[in-house]
Amino acid sequence: MELICPAGTPAALRTAVDAGADAAYCGFADATNARNFPGLNFSRRELAEGIAYAHRSDVKVLVAINTFPTAGAQALWHRAVDDAVAAGADALIIADVGLIDYAARTHPDQRLHLSVQAAASNPDAIGFYVRRFGVRRVVLPRVLTVSEIAAITRAIDCETEVFIFGGLCVMAEGRCSLSSHVTGQSPNMNGVCSPASHVTYREEGGTLVSRLGDFTINRFAKGEPAAYPTLCKGRFKTSLGSGYLFEDPVSLDAAAILPGLRAAGVTALKIEGRQRSRAYIEGVVRGFREQLDALDVGEKPPADRLATLTEGQSSTLGAYRKNWR
Amino acid sequence: MPPVPTLPRLITRTLQPLPLGPLQLPLSLVLRSVVARHPHIFERLGEHAHKRFGLEPSDLPFSFVLAPHPETPSLVAVRSLPAGIPVRIAGPLLALLGLIDGSYDGDALFFSRDLVVEGDVEAVLALRNAIDDAGVDLVADTAALFGPLAPLSERLLAGALLRLKDVAGAAKHEGARTWN
Repeated sequence: MELICPAGTPAALRTAVDAGADAAYCGFADATNARNFPGLNFSRRELAEGIAYAHRSDVKVLVAINTFPTAGAQALWHRAVDDAVAAGADALIIADVGLIDYAARTHPDQRLHLSVQAAASNPDAIGFYVRRFGVRRVVLPRVLTVSEIAAITRAIDCETEVFIFGGLCVMAEGRCSLSSHVTGQSPNMNGVCSPASHVTYREEGGTLVSRLGDFTINRFAKGEPAAYPTLCKGRFKTSLGSGYLFEDPVSLDAAAILPGLRAAGVTALKIEGRQRSRAYIEGVVRGFREQLDALDVGEKPPADRLATLTEGQSSTLGAYRKNWR
Repeated sequence: MPPVPTLPRLITRTLQPLPLGPLQLPLSLVLRSVVARHPHIFERLGEHAHKRFGLEPSDLPFSFVLAPHPETPSLVAVRSLPAGIPVRIAGPLLALLGLIDGSYDGDALFFSRDLVVEGDVEAVLALRNAIDDAGVDLVADTAALFGPLAPLSERLLAGALLRLKDVAGAAKHEGARTWN
């Protein structure tokens, strides 16, 4: 199975390559990718240099153009597609059906991957993208069990890629409006979930208070692990008490089920975290490289040492082991 | 990822009465060296280069005010951060240094509560990402100030930093909590 690693900056890309990635994914520094954060992402020149660096180690570079073009402003997204192709991207990761159509028509030889943001979660939906646009790989939404992934993989004519580590979104890939409800900006349209410009943190006698816009998202007691200030992972006050309604603030860690994902026929394993540092990339990529190498030779995998890098210092298998229905 | 060591209180207390004046020139020189050797930092910082950042090592008796202005960058030691500073980043000294040299992940330090961030979060992210991409090596960047003696200086500085980490790692700091 291929290990697909995040790269928010050229330095992170080089780190991913050196740590054992089979491919790195990245995006341009604008609203065309879903990690449009301050100080992050690639210029055109940086992308070309990054691709050259990766290719010298036989590592592929996938360019995420995975937000949804705004009506009347499609040129920004079309230019991103054209420039990524010109830079030598090994594949484009796209979510919007119109943009996939543009890429397939304009660059018929370019390998296309369907982004998780497209939320294609059944063989009929995936088959449409494969037949109509020649999509070669689908990144499956994080709502499926391993057995469902196996069934889908058997039923489709393209490769499947699944997330194995990192942040989890509320289970409506590509359709979440929580961030835009509070800030007017969303990951799908602007490339930012809970944008930093709307976030404030305050220490109140050892208690960390996180706010997004006018809303208090969470209050972490002294010593309690903290989490991102997203509405989906906010702690809500209800008549039954305070708690997490949408999701707990934890990270996905699927290290324990890598054999099952391989048996399911999955082609590629994706690590989330383009917003994270070189230290995260180094630790997670190297950790999973060791896990996969051990799996390949039938050895016992090394102990999972990634807990310190997880949100809330806690991890979950998420929907892979769904036990709520 | 290593746990976050904290400087022993003995070091903190020893430094407490010392004047900050002698620190200002070395700080200024080191910052100029970093800026000269990593000019791309400003591309990633963008508009945030014109802001002031308060850096507060929780185990030192003084703080720093960083103004990464492209033309007139400054790094000044202060007893306490001025009121109204747009950004405050606080944590153990070695955690802050680890964010610069890439040995620590800022989000993980935030999750573990070893790092405290207040103020302009957008500016914090821009600074963090700019520094992380630049590959700043404070030891090498400082040693570069010594011209032909740079290789020797780099060895000495690296040894001193290692010793500081050893001392901090061995220290038992009351109330300290590692994040793994």
